[in-house]
Amino acid sequence: MSKRTHVTTTINNKSVDFLCEPRQSLLEVLRDVLFLTGTKDGCNDGNCGACSVIMDGVLVDSCCILGVEAEDSEIETIEGLAQNGELHPLQKAFLEQTGMQCGICTPGFLMAAKALLDKNPQPDEQQIRHWLAGNLCRCTGYDKLIRSVMIASESMAEA
Amino acid sequence: MHDFEYCAPDKLQEALGLMATHKGSAQLLAGGTDLIVFMRARSKRPDLLIDVKKIPELSELQLDKAGLTIGASVSCRAIYENDQIAGKYSALVDSTTLIGGIQIQGRASIGGNLCTAAPSADTIPTLIAYSAVANVVSDKGERQIPVEEFCVAPGQTILNDDEILVNLFIPAPAPRSGAMFLRFIPRNEMDIAVVNAAAFVELDEAGQNFISARIAIGAVAPTPLFVEEAGAAMIDKPVNEESLLNAARIARDAASPINDMRGTVEHRKQLVEVLTRRALYGAIERARGALE
Amino acid sequence: MNNPEPLAKEFRVLGTRPIRPDGLDKVTGRALFSDDFYLPDMIHGRILRSPHAHAKIKSIDTSAAAALPGVRAVVTGADFPPIESKMMSQGVAGMINIGDVADNCIARDKVLYDGHAVAGVAADNPHVAEEAVNLIKVEYELLPPVMDVRTAMAADAPVIHEDFYPGAFILPTEKYLPNATRMQMGSGDLEKGFAEADIIVEREFTSETIHQGYIESHITTVKWDENNHITVWTATQGIFNLRDLTAGVLLVPMANVKVVPLEVGGAFGGKERMYLEPIAAMLSKKSHHAVKIALRRDEVLRATGPSSGTYVKVKFGAKKDGTLVAADLHLAYEAGAYAGGPIFLGAISSTSRYNIPNIQINGFDVIVNKPTMRPYRAPGAPQALFAVEQVIDELARELEMDIIDFRMKNLTKTGDLLVAGFPCAPIDTVNMMETVKAHPHYTAPLTGENQGRGLAYTMWFNLGEASSAQISINPDGSVQVTTSCPDMSGTRMTFAMQAAEALGIDVEHVTASVGDTEAVGFSLPTVGSRTTYATGAVIYDIAQEVLGEMSARVALLWETDSELVIVDKGVFSNKEDANLTMSFHEVCEKLHETGGPITVHNSKSSQSFIPGTCVHLTDVEVDPETGKVDILRYTVFQDVGKAVHPDYVEGQMQGAAVQGIGMALNEGYFYDAEGHLKNASLLDYRMPTTLDIPMIETVILESPNPAHPYGVRGCGEHSIIPPPAAIANAIHDAVGVRMNSMPMAPHKVCAAIKQKQAADA
Repeated sequence: MSKRTHVTTTINNKSVDFLCEPRQSLLEVLRDVLFLTGTKDGCNDGNCGACSVIMDGVLVDSCCILGVEAEDSEIETIEGLAQNGELHPLQKAFLEQTGMQCGICTPGFLMAAKALLDKNPQPDEQQIRHWLAGNLCRCTGYDKLIRSVMIASESMAEA
Repeated sequence: MHDFEYCAPDKLQEALGLMATHKGSAQLLAGGTDLIVFMRARSKRPDLLIDVKKIPELSELQLDKAGLTIGASVSCRAIYENDQIAGKYSALVDSTTLIGGIQIQGRASIGGNLCTAAPSADTIPTLIAYSAVANVVSDKGERQIPVEEFCVAPGQTILNDDEILVNLFIPAPAPRSGAMFLRFIPRNEMDIAVVNAAAFVELDEAGQNFISARIAIGAVAPTPLFVEEAGAAMIDKPVNEESLLNAARIARDAASPINDMRGTVEHRKQLVEVLTRRALYGAIERARGALE
Repeated sequence: MNNPEPLAKEFRVLGTRPIRPDGLDKVTGRALFSDDFYLPDMIHGRILRSPHAHAKIKSIDTSAAAALPGVRAVVTGADFPPIESKMMSQGVAGMINIGDVADNCIARDKVLYDGHAVAGVAADNPHVAEEAVNLIKVEYELLPPVMDVRTAMAADAPVIHEDFYPGAFILPTEKYLPNATRMQMGSGDLEKGFAEADIIVEREFTSETIHQGYIESHITTVKWDENNHITVWTATQGIFNLRDLTAGVLLVPMANVKVVPLEVGGAFGGKERMYLEPIAAMLSKKSHHAVKIALRRDEVLRATGPSSGTYVKVKFGAKKDGTLVAADLHLAYEAGAYAGGPIFLGAISSTSRYNIPNIQINGFDVIVNKPTMRPYRAPGAPQALFAVEQVIDELARELEMDIIDFRMKNLTKTGDLLVAGFPCAPIDTVNMMETVKAHPHYTAPLTGENQGRGLAYTMWFNLGEASSAQISINPDGSVQVTTSCPDMSGTRMTFAMQAAEALGIDVEHVTASVGDTEAVGFSLPTVGSRTTYATGAVIYDIAQEVLGEMSARVALLWETDSELVIVDKGVFSNKEDANLTMSFHEVCEKLHETGGPITVHNSKSSQSFIPGTCVHLTDVEVDPETGKVDILRYTVFQDVGKAVHPDYVEGQMQGAAVQGIGMALNEGYFYDAEGHLKNASLLDYRMPTTLDIPMIETVILESPNPAHPYGVRGCGEHSIIPPPAAIANAIHDAVGVRMNSMPMAPHKVCAAIKQKQAADA
């Protein structure tokens, strides 16, 4: 068996180090090694976006990245979205606008939406749909979810 | 997943040495969006994964008068977020913005897309249409391979076990030229192409006749197909409906699709004709736009 | 019989939109779903599955797997107690054969579908478990696979089970063919009816096997300890159902099994059965560790409980004034590997919304080499509606009648006898039709070529049946409601709202939770759109009891007769003295002094077969060169009786609609000739993405349900039923072709257009 690798990385602005086998994905490391279970496993092959995180400013599927590749990276997960107990406007909007039902896809969508608003603070409906096409939701039919993102971006613009 | 070793050399020479010693049991890792999935599905089981993202030659992205050099590990996102490149190589933007959703595009590389060599790959017809050339090195030397010769069978490239794709070179497009890539999928994103097609056209000064054209189609043969005859038939022909229909028909005849869970033979043949015609139309519009 | 009167009262809490209490944990990633659950001594299980659709197991050699370092236990079918075929009652849902459930969880002699579980391994980590599974050697003797209903029902079909119990539904079923059972419903005289018809339409339709597609997989953690107690931590729609099945398959007393429900990451009917618990439990017993098994996505698609592929043949006759006179339906639905698929519900929902005097429905539950077909949100109904609503559309157009007027001529109304043999409970179906007709979408002009508009109408029946709950009143005025119906969509909040409404207090003072099987009494699973309605109904009853007990306490404090104490909107007052009042909160403060805390637990069985109606209206655009269908506009109309939380009701209408759109356009299993599932991934099992769907407008109608104190009808399922038919009707309106096969994928639309062009030429 290959030796476990010692990896040093930054997660939600905190320096973190861990041991992992090369065959453990970043998703597995987040969930099973670091117990950051907010990032979800929906398909484990890049087709549903439930495992979305932001790595070095880029939105990615953590199931398609190895834990060892996280060396010297900056990773943002759902656990870091709320700051000091204050919900991010996206989280508030999802709550107030019923942008979720069962909640399993919600962390992935929130990270994806955050990455969008970081890049384009005032997207229109089509731009939001295009950006979020890599995230699957089976409960909401997307309507209130998209509206949540639109309302969040409006409230961030007003702030 | 099976057990394997992982390394991330920052020198091309070191990677080449490892490839030579491992004789086919090593795999190169760039974006990982194909390879990691294959490994999980047990269809690829390398003993060693060589992460090439730290090797400078493979991360190069360079646009100059001669053309565009894309390092093999450069991501789709890096291509389409670069305004200069996006402006000059629209079909490349078509391709890279269609692959698998934003998350995939953030990691997936054009080099990886080429080396996975799926018949349905979304960048390969575009590379062919743009006359791209693959720069490949090994311990023993280097060679240039036109992209249309790169894939030899579904999932198989022309590369030897000890070779590494370093970059792709796309020559600067001629003035009054344009290209477009189109893909047909059943949903509006996230699907593998049922059929895809890329067209590149070069128009004369008046924009009324074709000087040259290159058409490539995908998912309808064991590899992406460069339909040389279709482009050849357009040389010196007028830019009109008939030329387009004719080229589209030639492309259709060149296709040898199969029935599978993504499409039927009849539908794919029809789509080749439709997409080729529409891609040509779009390429012409872009070429004419370049005239202004 | 009259339509229900609108409720005169105004609601304080129902109809408002408070934020659900579990929402905070869900937007921060803290909510505990099954895969987020850990026990310190937990190890990991993996299952070996059959690569063949139909085969005998000749031998299994697990020695190499057992010898792998890190492996703690290995099990095969031989490790499990033999379970004879025995029918276990599930109340109104019918009977299930516990022997079939056991066999499905792990095969003994025969494998019956690609993915059927054959062995299990538990190891220190999932990767080692996976490696071990791949070391198990199984010898199979292949048998011919039977992969669709018509093949299964043909004269020379291979026989899958020598013997089986016909799936017992509310109506009797009988074994009819080696691989099929039949149920029949009908009334009148078909021959006479068709003789009266001025126009007859006869059509055939097919559909593919489809999956609920929940984003969360199946994950369970089980501990079977040395005292013969089993604890299960998992997401399930029915904690008691799972408990009883686990007990029944492992031959352990029901009271020895405890099921602890975790957050459910989507289920839609697919998590009301049992798949993993027996293997996980046996691995736990052997290894003396808790064992977690998490299915991969391909296992979910191959080996859980999808919904039936079908073959449907219908013949309808109508008079020229639009009156339906006769209908003959043949519905053959996949049961999967064991009898007991959704044919009954498909059959009963196929025509119930119309009065058809002469009707015969033959429904067939057909065994094929596919996983067991389980409920998927209005089980069997979308497939039936795909056929019937297209024929209705065709009849209306042939007679040049407006598609709503045609339906109104035949509408089932309150009190009309349904084909299943009982009258339609009160509901205003005419108002539904009139509302749709008056809506701007119905008459908005279509703006482009190859665009069309389609409509489909359904009536679906929600279950009632048994629910239990408990309400505890605290001395500080806060209230706890504990229930045993897992929350899939926000029902915790609707329980809190109904409790608050009934008790006359604000919803902020009420906490609602879902307990485990030791905390609260029996509830039927969260299925059949029953939860807000039936659990809400028992909560209402319990609240009345609570108020009664509180009134007695007030009487004590006022030293008066309890008959003189009345309560309204959270205020207790004295009939004879207007100045004497006490608030809910004040009474609570005196609880300890007046007899102690108040806790009331009760169970109630609510009436089933409550009708709910739903109409979808959609505009589509077809690209005739590629067959691509894009949805331009979508409106959902649904009668929910009383919308407890309108946002959640809208969410059900929209979410179910998109599932229906998925099965209409692109979802469907693809098996090869040997019976292997080729598209066992979310890449090729194509569910709608954000780019495939427009905003979905919702119109909520409220004709109250007299069987519920607030008029609530179940609403979770109905909106999945109309989309396939609505879209098919829209495609016909756009390009003049009738789609007789679901999913209506581009290559089929293209082929249909080509066929029409050839025929027109």
